[in-house]
Amino acid sequence: MTYIPRLLRGQSVLLALALLVLFGAWRYDHFLGLFNVLTFLRYNSMFALIALGMCFVIMTGGIDLSVGSTAAMASVVAAYVSPYGLLPGLACGALAGIAVGVLNGLLITQLNILPFIATLASMLAASGLGLLLAGNESISVSYESGFTVIGQGDILGFPIPAWIAIMVFALGSLILNFTSFGRNILAVGGGEDAAHLMGLPVNRVKFIVYVISGLMAGLAGVQLAAQFGAGQPTEGLGWELFAIASVVVGGTLLTGGVGSVGATLSGVLLLGLVFNILNFENGMGFVSLRAHWQSILRGAFLLLVVIVQSRLALRVRRRIRLSAN
Amino acid sequence: MDGPLPLLRMEGMNKRFSGVPALSGASLDIDPGEVHALVGQNGAGKSTLIKILTGAYRKDAGDITFEGRRIEFASPEAAQRGGISTIYQEINLIPYRSVAENIFLGRPYRRFGFLDWPRMNREATELLRRFDVRIDVHEPLFAFNTAIQQMVAIARAVSFDAKLVIMDEPTSSLADNEVEILYGVIRQLRATGISVIFVSHKLDELYEVCDRVTVMRDGRTIATTSMAEISKLELVAAMLGRDMQSVRREGQTSFHGKSHGVHRDLLSADGLVAGTKVKNASVSVSSGEISGLAGLLGSGRTEVARLIFGVDQPDAGTIVMEGRAVKFAEPIDAINRGIGYCSEDRKVEGIVPEMSVRENLTLAILPRLSQWGIVDEVRQQEIVNKFIERLGIKTSGPDQKIRELSGGNQQKVLLARWLCLDPKVLILDEPTRGIDVGGKAEIQMLIRELAEAGLGVLMISSELEEVIEGSDRVFVLRDGRTVADLQREELSEIVVMTAMAHGEGTADGNAA
Repeated sequence: MTYIPRLLRGQSVLLALALLVLFGAWRYDHFLGLFNVLTFLRYNSMFALIALGMCFVIMTGGIDLSVGSTAAMASVVAAYVSPYGLLPGLACGALAGIAVGVLNGLLITQLNILPFIATLASMLAASGLGLLLAGNESISVSYESGFTVIGQGDILGFPIPAWIAIMVFALGSLILNFTSFGRNILAVGGGEDAAHLMGLPVNRVKFIVYVISGLMAGLAGVQLAAQFGAGQPTEGLGWELFAIASVVVGGTLLTGGVGSVGATLSGVLLLGLVFNILNFENGMGFVSLRAHWQSILRGAFLLLVVIVQSRLALRVRRRIRLSAN
Repeated sequence: MDGPLPLLRMEGMNKRFSGVPALSGASLDIDPGEVHALVGQNGAGKSTLIKILTGAYRKDAGDITFEGRRIEFASPEAAQRGGISTIYQEINLIPYRSVAENIFLGRPYRRFGFLDWPRMNREATELLRRFDVRIDVHEPLFAFNTAIQQMVAIARAVSFDAKLVIMDEPTSSLADNEVEILYGVIRQLRATGISVIFVSHKLDELYEVCDRVTVMRDGRTIATTSMAEISKLELVAAMLGRDMQSVRREGQTSFHGKSHGVHRDLLSADGLVAGTKVKNASVSVSSGEISGLAGLLGSGRTEVARLIFGVDQPDAGTIVMEGRAVKFAEPIDAINRGIGYCSEDRKVEGIVPEMSVRENLTLAILPRLSQWGIVDEVRQQEIVNKFIERLGIKTSGPDQKIRELSGGNQQKVLLARWLCLDPKVLILDEPTRGIDVGGKAEIQMLIRELAEAGLGVLMISSELEEVIEGSDRVFVLRDGRTVADLQREELSEIVVMTAMAHGEGTADGNAA
């Protein structure tokens, strides 16, 4: 009997994550200090949101390149609305993201444009729109309206962004594993024709995952504005690639059909830790590693996972071919 | 009609595809609780009929009655909900998902609004146990062999309360012991009152498991009869459109005088085995001769050609060319040894529609015409002109796009593509399929001329006349095995058909 390698079920990502944490704790004094942990979680929550949306998209076999610039554009929108209060800022940022998601969904399901191309187009458009709205500058948020609480506040001593990410991931896991919609996502990604013949609503599923991804990017944009006190139209560059990398490191197949919400979170944390550890390493002053090293290390992690994945995919293909011949 | 009403009745079914009739008044009757074979050659209309029934195509005309009601399903999904499930040849399930999930996708059990996994896993286990399949339903589907995957597909169909299950060549990818399991399941379906339409080209299977058979040809229903009342030979004759009386007469006149000439084999393949489709195939080609390769659809003809040409690799068996054992890892190795292969599917594997006649014709020889990546256009033009003239290719000029040519002329360009390499052996898979009558005769004459000029030709054809009249020697394949090797003088329709139907008797051991 062939089993999906454990790595792809997420355990190995967790293992790598644990090893990295242990390494950090052993090597650096304040690595597990409250300040570092909370700052780390607060900052990476943004990426976690985007990665979750990306995870859903990739599980259907698609891709969403627009998330980074959508987040940037949403941060501008949220910043403009922030004087009216937390809720209006949050809602408008989220709506800006949803709007891009709806556009992506329509392009992909109604005009049959390849996800790569459709979201590349909307990535450019969202980026331009963000710059246009902001007049090429950062837009300060209002500190009086309470808007920044969502990025900078705590509940029970724990950063609100991290609370949000935890809730969203719990919800995402529930949806994926215990609702028809969740299973349909995996069915569409695992065999679109078969899913169609089974009578599953293929197009509806695809449309919704892009809307979810847009919503997540919008929420990340709200976070960006609230955490850093400004809507930043030039941020978000490369976020989509970070999200894709997190999802893939988490064992989700790029071809769709196999994936895990929990492992995606592990992927985000793992790739985030690489950066965090580099910072500490530089702080110790023995060596001076440039920030570019983080990309190289993240790339190495990504490559490792993809190699394992492609071997699995090869095995499955061989199986499928055996049954087709 | 007296007796029980049929479960399904299709009458006067018509369907045209861009003007070409695929079905002309076809009909099909299925009784409750019977296993009904549907047979016919390529293009007979079986799959069109099935696709109309399951809502994949729209009918042009005709009535479909199912369980006493007029129906017309809008999609395979609607048919499924209406009680008609199809088990496709390539299994249409999701390999990465668990067995239980594959059974219940689309209409899962829920509890408090969320999926009830324990119940789905329990019921899937029970459902499969009914078919004597005991597996861990939590495992992903791809972890199991094809037979089990097929059982899962059938279990899914049954769990939909299907009254009619359509199986499209269900055994084509199964090993022998797996086929037995499938038979068991089919009999069990029948016992519970479910009807099965069984599409297959393997005659033995039909007799093993089917109650009645419907034969189709050229979009028409030729006969429906009980399996007990039709012999294999009659079945083959009906599929090929032969009148048994005249075939017998003809057979009596020419079925004698076995004299086996000594062949100088240019290429011979012996005992080829590959996967589930080629079990023990042997063919040989001599220079200056046309070897025909006959057999019903699914008998493994194309598979054998692909093995010889190095597209696929045999599990066992030898290929000898000009006295030396050869192994072609890739088609290019076969090409370099002097073999050419015109595939059956001209449109997909042959022509590049948007490219010109010149480009299409010189595609294979291009490496030899180029130096450091630069094509010698003068020589290219010479070759193109020579073959356009020699084969009589009707084109407005070498730069005309090949898709604008007629089928026959496209085929000539493809022939020229190989001929300009000056091959010793040419494998032609259905060289005249889809070509109009005039073009057909021209191609056939051309093949004969090429053989007379010394080329060895291996010609695969579904048309009995073409194989019998065109070949110097015919190999008959049946279920992946070479069951007959017939010399020109012993060739007749009855002999070839008998070999296709029974396999034994004519299988003489006179291989060179």
